[in-house]
Amino acid sequence: MPTLVQALSAVETVNSVSLRYQYGPIFMTVGFALIIAGAVFALATFLGPKNPTPEKLLPYESGSPTTGAKHVRLSVKFYLTALLFVIFDIEAVFLYPWASLYQSLGWAGFVEMIAFLTMLTIGLVYCWKKGALEWET
Amino acid sequence: METGATFWIASAVKVIAIVLGLVNLGALLLWVERRQSAMIQDRMGPNRANLQIGGLNIRAAGLLHSAADGIKMLWKEDFTPPGADKFLYHLAPVISLVPPLCLFAVIPFGPSVYWANRAQVFGSEAWNTTTGFIPLQIAMPDSGILVVFALASSGVLGAALAGSSSDNKFSLMGGLRAASQMVSYEVTMGFSVVGAFMVYQTVRLEQMVQWQVDHAWGIFTQPLAFLLFFTAAVAETKRVPFDAPEGESEIVAGYFTEYQPMKMGMFALGELVEVMTSSALLTTIFLGGWQFPFLKLDGFHLEMFGVAKPILMSHLTVVVISAITFALKVAILALLQMQIRWTLPRFRYDQIMKLGWRILLPLSLGNILVTGIVLLFING
Repeated sequence: MPTLVQALSAVETVNSVSLRYQYGPIFMTVGFALIIAGAVFALATFLGPKNPTPEKLLPYESGSPTTGAKHVRLSVKFYLTALLFVIFDIEAVFLYPWASLYQSLGWAGFVEMIAFLTMLTIGLVYCWKKGALEWET
Repeated sequence: METGATFWIASAVKVIAIVLGLVNLGALLLWVERRQSAMIQDRMGPNRANLQIGGLNIRAAGLLHSAADGIKMLWKEDFTPPGADKFLYHLAPVISLVPPLCLFAVIPFGPSVYWANRAQVFGSEAWNTTTGFIPLQIAMPDSGILVVFALASSGVLGAALAGSSSDNKFSLMGGLRAASQMVSYEVTMGFSVVGAFMVYQTVRLEQMVQWQVDHAWGIFTQPLAFLLFFTAAVAETKRVPFDAPEGESEIVAGYFTEYQPMKMGMFALGELVEVMTSSALLTTIFLGGWQFPFLKLDGFHLEMFGVAKPILMSHLTVVVISAITFALKVAILALLQMQIRWTLPRFRYDQIMKLGWRILLPLSLGNILVTGIVLLFING
C-alpha cells in the first residue's frame, strides 16, 4: 500500500507531465509572438529619425489647437456596459461545463439551467426597462 | 501522442510556422483588401511597387505594396506624445498584436499525422496506429475553447489602453467605443457557442471537428449560432460596418490617432490577423474544420453516388488534402469578411450597441433554449 503522500505525489507527477504537454506549446506560442511583436516594436523605435518639434508633439485633433479640460467627461453608459459585461460574461462561463455534459443530464439538467437562464433573462429585461440599453440620447 | 524531445521539436516547428505564417498572411490580406476595394470601385488598385532585377520589372499585381509599406513604416519618425503615459502607450500595440497571433494555438489545422511505424504511414493501413502521432495543432489542452476566449478577451485591453494613454480626446473616445463594443459582442460570442457545445458535448476543438466528421457540420446543426458568432466575430475585429471606434470621419483615427506608422501598423496587423483567426475559429466550430466532404482517413467514400468501392489513398495524401481544405475554408470566410466591408455602410454607435444587447443576446439565449429542447426529444 502506498502512503497518502506517495499517492498524491504520483498524481502530481502525472498531472504535471500532462499539463506540461497540454499547455507548454501555448506558452511557446505566446513567447514567440512576443518576440515577433517586440522585434517589430524595437525596429520601429530605433530605425526612424528623431526630430521632434513642438508642433509635432501637440495632440492631433483635426489640426486645430486642443481646447478644454484634459479629460472629457464620459457618458455613464460606458460604465453600465462594463458592469453588464462582467455579469453576463460570467454567466456564459457558468454555462460551459453544463453545456458540455448536457446530453447526459436529461430533464433535470434542462430544468436547472432553465431556472438559471430565467433569472438571467429577468436581469436583462430589468436593465432594458431601466434604460441601461438605451443609447439614443 | 509523441512525447519527449520529438514532441517539443514538433511543437517548436509548428509554433514558428504558424506565427510567422499568420504575420505574412496578415500582409497578404492587406493586399487582398486593396485589390478587392479597387475591383469593387472599378479602379486599377495598387500596381506601382516595382522591383527591378536586371532588365526585369516585377510588380506581382501590387503584392509588393505590402512589403514596401512595411519597410517605409519602419523608417518613419517615431516619437511619444509628451502627455502620454509612456508605459501603457507603448504596451498597447504589443497587447493588440500578440493575442490574435496566439489564438491559433488551439485550432486544429489538419488531422493527426501518424508518426510511429513510419514505413506504414505512407501506405493505406496506417490510420490504425493508436500511438505515436503528431497532431496538426499546436496544443491540445483540456480547456480547449476557453483558451481562445481568454486570449480574445485580452484583445480589448490593447484598444482601451491605447485610447486612454495617448492624451488625446479623440483617442479616448475611440478607446471607449472600442472597449464598450468589444465587450458587448463578446457576451454574444460566449453565449452563441453554448448551443454548439451542447450538440458536440465537448469544449475541445479537435473533438468538435471529430464530431462534425462523424455526424454533420455545425452549420447544419446550429445555423443560428453560426450567424450570431459570425456577426460577433466581425464586430470584435472592429472592421466596417462595426468600425465606429476608428470612424475616420468622426474622430480622426480613433484609439490609434497618436501612434506613429509602425506602431499604428501593429494595430492594423493585429486586426487583419484577427480576421484570419476568427475565420479559422468559425471553420473549426461550424464548417467541419479540416474535413473534406466524403474524405475519410483512408480515402474517398462515395457510396452515395453509386461508387461501390472507396477510392483508397495514402495517409499523407489525406493529411495534405485536409490541410488544404482547412486553408480554403478559412480563405473563403476571410474573403467574405472583406466583401462585407464594401457592402455595408458604417453603423451608428447606438445601432451597434442595440444590435448587440437587444437583438443578438436574446437570440443567443433563445438558441440555447431551443437546442436544449430539441436535444431532449432526440435523445428521448
